[in-house]
Amino acid sequence: MVNSFTQQAELPLKVKQSINSVHRISLWKGSAAIVCSLAYDRVCRWELLKQTCSAFVILLFCVIRLSGIPGNTDLFDVRWGCLWPLGTPGPTTGPELELPAGICRAEDKICHRGTDSNQLITGQHSRSLRDACAADSGVLFQHLVHFEESWKQRTRKDGVRNQGQELLKWNGWGYNDSKFIFNKKGQAEFTGKRYRLGGMVLPTFKEWIEKTFGASLEHKTTSRTSLNVNDVPPSVVNEEFLQDLRATKISYSQDAEDRVFRAHGHCLHEIFVLREGMFKRIPDIVVWPVCHEDVVKIVELACKHNLCIIPFGGGTSVSSALECPEEEKRTIVSLDTSQMNRILWIDEKNLTACVEAGIVGQDLEKQLAESGFCTGHEPDSMEFSSLGGWVATRASGMKKNIYGNIEDLVIHIKMVTPRGIVEKNCQVPRMSTGPDIHHFIMGSEGTLGVVTEVTIKIRPVPEYQKYGSVVFPNFERGVACLREVAKQRCAPASIRLVDNAQFQFGHALKPQVASIFTSFLDGLKKFYITKFKGFDPNILCVATLLFEGDREKVLQHEKQVYDIATKFGGLAAGEDNGQRGYMLTFVIAYLRDLGLDYYVIGESFETSVPWDRVLDLCRNVKERIVRECKEKGVQFAPLSTCRVTQTYDAGACVYFYFAFNYRGISDPIHVYEQIERAAREEILANGGSLSHHHGVGKLRKRWMKESISDVGLGMLRSVKEYVDPNNIFGNKNLL
Amino acid sequence: MKCYTPVIYKGLSPCKPHAIKSAVLQSEQVQYVIKQLAKELGESPDIIQEEATEILDEMGHRMQLGAVRFFAFTLSKIFKQLFQRVCVNEEGMQRLQHAIQEHPVVLLPSHRSYVDFLMLSYLLYTYDLALPVIAAGIDFLGMKIVGELLRRAGAFFMRRSFGGNRLYWAVFAEYVKTMLRNGYAPIEFFLEGTRSRTAKTLTPKFGLLSIVMEPFFKREVFDTYLVPISISYERILEESLYAYELLGVPKPKESTSGLLKARRILSDNFGTIHIYVGQPVSLRTLASGRINRCPYNLVPRHLPQKPSEDIQEFVSDVAYKMELLQIENMVLSPWVLVAAVLLQNLPAMEFELLIEKTLWLKGLTQTFGGFIEWPDNLCAKKAVLSGLTLHSNIACLVDGHVVLNDKGVEDGAVGEIVFRRALAVLMCATYRNQLLNVFVRPALVAIALQMAPSFRKEEVYSCFSFLRDVFSDEFIFFPGISLKDFEEGCFLLTKCDAIQTSQQEIYPTDKGSGTVSFLSAMFRPFVEGYQLIFRYLSKEMKEAFNEKQFIPGARNFVFQLLEKGSTQCYEALSSDMQKNALSALVQLGAVKRKKTPNGFTYNVNQEAVSKILDMFDARIPVQKPVAARL
Repeated sequence: MVNSFTQQAELPLKVKQSINSVHRISLWKGSAAIVCSLAYDRVCRWELLKQTCSAFVILLFCVIRLSGIPGNTDLFDVRWGCLWPLGTPGPTTGPELELPAGICRAEDKICHRGTDSNQLITGQHSRSLRDACAADSGVLFQHLVHFEESWKQRTRKDGVRNQGQELLKWNGWGYNDSKFIFNKKGQAEFTGKRYRLGGMVLPTFKEWIEKTFGASLEHKTTSRTSLNVNDVPPSVVNEEFLQDLRATKISYSQDAEDRVFRAHGHCLHEIFVLREGMFKRIPDIVVWPVCHEDVVKIVELACKHNLCIIPFGGGTSVSSALECPEEEKRTIVSLDTSQMNRILWIDEKNLTACVEAGIVGQDLEKQLAESGFCTGHEPDSMEFSSLGGWVATRASGMKKNIYGNIEDLVIHIKMVTPRGIVEKNCQVPRMSTGPDIHHFIMGSEGTLGVVTEVTIKIRPVPEYQKYGSVVFPNFERGVACLREVAKQRCAPASIRLVDNAQFQFGHALKPQVASIFTSFLDGLKKFYITKFKGFDPNILCVATLLFEGDREKVLQHEKQVYDIATKFGGLAAGEDNGQRGYMLTFVIAYLRDLGLDYYVIGESFETSVPWDRVLDLCRNVKERIVRECKEKGVQFAPLSTCRVTQTYDAGACVYFYFAFNYRGISDPIHVYEQIERAAREEILANGGSLSHHHGVGKLRKRWMKESISDVGLGMLRSVKEYVDPNNIFGNKNLL
Repeated sequence: MKCYTPVIYKGLSPCKPHAIKSAVLQSEQVQYVIKQLAKELGESPDIIQEEATEILDEMGHRMQLGAVRFFAFTLSKIFKQLFQRVCVNEEGMQRLQHAIQEHPVVLLPSHRSYVDFLMLSYLLYTYDLALPVIAAGIDFLGMKIVGELLRRAGAFFMRRSFGGNRLYWAVFAEYVKTMLRNGYAPIEFFLEGTRSRTAKTLTPKFGLLSIVMEPFFKREVFDTYLVPISISYERILEESLYAYELLGVPKPKESTSGLLKARRILSDNFGTIHIYVGQPVSLRTLASGRINRCPYNLVPRHLPQKPSEDIQEFVSDVAYKMELLQIENMVLSPWVLVAAVLLQNLPAMEFELLIEKTLWLKGLTQTFGGFIEWPDNLCAKKAVLSGLTLHSNIACLVDGHVVLNDKGVEDGAVGEIVFRRALAVLMCATYRNQLLNVFVRPALVAIALQMAPSFRKEEVYSCFSFLRDVFSDEFIFFPGISLKDFEEGCFLLTKCDAIQTSQQEIYPTDKGSGTVSFLSAMFRPFVEGYQLIFRYLSKEMKEAFNEKQFIPGARNFVFQLLEKGSTQCYEALSSDMQKNALSALVQLGAVKRKKTPNGFTYNVNQEAVSKILDMFDARIPVQKPVAARL
């Protein structure tokens, strides 16, 4: 969406001229939005449009719109087929502020910003276009409308060190103010202003949820509204340790809420416990070191007093990695890294940055963007997860095709272990000094120590970014296309293929369309694809694309990918579908909380698999889930859907969503776990891996031996034994 | 015309037979082997590709609905002529219908006659189910027109042996797997590999079964259903042909003119056919927890891979399991009982006594779990009489006595008499054999009781276990569960009050002595026959020999003994028994088998064979490690 104006070049000359004139008018009228969005629209859609309406009609339409309605109303009316407003209406006072939000002026060019327009409009950050755009796309989470201060940086009024957790749900995913609800009319709605979906009505969602799960709005379960402090296991902390701790001036808390907040990740059973029960074992004390030295002190104290440390980053684990072992008798210290969140330095010559490990993904990107850089590491949890967490779990980001996974990004790691500090003597791209010690650290899941500082590769913020999507007649063709793209090594920053069920799921999350024209065009598009091209809406599937880089190359790249797609029967399906697809991955986590209110439980899991087995694995795992549900007495067929979410030379990463309606089942969590286990068995039997990026934690430990052999496991054990002989880092993950 | 719209597999991607063929030729599997062979033989891949195409053309089916309709029409006429009734379990057909829609299906019928697959196809057609593609021996192709018709009705042909030909194997395996993966049609083949000439279930062949199981092992399909089908004939179409064949008169080559000559059998009556379509068995369920998936995950799936040992073991277990399921659902006609009684009372038996004995045997069979087609209101006399009428070529009623129908016995040379007799006995034995599957476990316990020096449990069990090993090719035993078989035998014998068991001992009751002796008499032909053959091997075979020398030799040996009258064991003339006895010795290690370019050669270890013979005669105790659980 950035830099969209430059797309004029692709429009026929005549139209371009007219747009230029409209452009001028619109600026005068403060209604740049129309032009912007007109030009912004994708070339291919433009061509589709050409076939259906003449350019004349469109211009006429624009003129009508211009004269009739002030500019700062909804924008998507004129963005044919575009379903997303570019931004919410901006403030309406002051001459400049008449510009609709999302449209701002930088020098003499127009730049559309989907986010945080105020900043630029006030002129405090007047920069060149490149910088402005860089700042915009550098932050890159276009799913977020508002950039508030990140939750981590909040400071409590009482002066206690800024846990920031009050911004987040205590018994569900994400921000307190963002959630799916059913409004008074019974329509689904997403609250809050943080996401693009915020405040929008989703008219078809209710029907979808009823149809898919057999759920009914009348049958509701409710979570406890707040934590019952009396249920919380008491904090047992040795007084000597407390004295030592106070002496270090490191802030700490024994508050029940603080401790419960750090006793879990986001596995289904953990959320279920929060809503309806209580953990048997939670941390006894939470500490907030602010720098590497603090961590060293804490680990020393832990060794001295024989305590158990569980490092805590963003708390987004989905592998039971944060759960405290029930049988742990020692005091459990939750070491929250969130206050170690500074960028220590940026080395522009070598394109590296040294960052404290507690920094949260979105803060890291935002702060780097201020200098015009980014890491490009965007896991779906990046709003909440931390750099240290990424290292500890071998995380993978959405845009790994350009930037690489965490193991490709990391240049240097500093980790505090009970044995001392482990680090290298230099910061070099590669070295041949025996097995890479980084690989003991990455994926160690908090069993060896605390990662305190990481030197990570950075890149200049890309000039241009573009979404896209392709419809395929069926999943098989889609996978074949992705395989070909991977083979030719021309994968865009991100390329994902969702199956039909997930496509329909995405469809159900389409917000209300405000104008007849848009719905008319939607209908037209649907007609074109299903009737004219003969795609079966119950079989077709969609690939979503994200291109990044400099403009020329992106366009070239885009053409290459679309050409390949055409060979496999794919049809370009517009930017919005693509963008919505990526948005979905961020809000989908919120959906589970809604489901939980209506007897629907669900979870996602992932694997990696060689190319030739992708189709078989997807089919078999989905089928296995359906079958297991049936056998376990689940009354309604479950949602069992997958997407191919990453491509590699030798294989792909596949991501599954699985949810079912548990009414009539007495122990839903147990049933759920059995099914999840069966699904994992199935994945392994189909030649898939135990995990691509979620990690092992305690949830998947039982398959470790099978995964890496006895000897392999022994190798890991011996490292653990040397580094941490007294099991100070006793979260019992992995081994 | 019948409206034929069969239910099909839900994941089916419809394709024509020739599309399948080209998919097979282009498949990675076949292309890999072609490239390999081209490299090894130094020929151009095109030539080998050409060869593969030829193989495929020779093999492939060309199912056409027209041909199917024609077949169905003719068959219905012929079947009506031949058989009185065809009984099918309807719920089995319904289960099959569901199964076909859900997962790829493999039909595993028992094989007693050529009628098997014609009947099955006809049946599926009648029930509006997808017609199976059938693995048939390539000798059918020799039949003009009919071979082609069969092909168009969905048969595909395989060479009887192609172990050495890698290209053939690759093309064949891929062809079968492609059809299975696509869910094109149910695949049908016979676990026994060939028609059982003796009506006993033959030991299974594993090749085709492991091919159809492979897509599941490699997870190319979610599951595969194996459907055991038991087809029981009241009278087998080829009965006399089989008897001749067993006695060494060569099997006529399949030819169309032969088929025309055989038309006179149309005027004959062959009674009822019972078809029991068993519960579809999910391969996934069978395999759960048994298969180590590593070997399949670590090698690209298109590379030909020798199945690992545990896979081989699994395939063998499944094969035996399926055969046991077939056996379980076989329907026994009253004539089977009559034949069993009659064979113990040769040369003639009083009619009334026969009826009485038959009734007694009926009770015993039912106790042992055999399923007899004997309507409640049918009196024993009628049942026996109708059996005799149907099988008038085997036995007949003369002056209130039932005698074997061995015409021409009075006049003619001794050899001729023996041959005629043997023919009649073997034909009769074919029917008794149907009973053996039900009786084998208790009967072996009964024989072991007689063999063992004392009634101590361990000793009886070691005798049982010895017999079970010796007869492992003769009867179907699930591999490796000797103890369980023993317990089952004991249980059944206890159930009919024939034996009593205590902590330490097993001993026959007074009441049960009749049962025990009947049972051992029932299996005596096998015990004696094996002894004769073993004796032949230990005495006559000093040098290496092959099967072609062994069978006529053994036959002559037994024949002479019969002529002299020093034995009455006509069944030892059966080439089937001779082969089984030989392979039992191979398995017991008393005969060494070597592979040569012209088949197998055998070497007898005289000492070991005579030791086994001694064990039979209970001259030396059978020594076996005794299971701890006893």
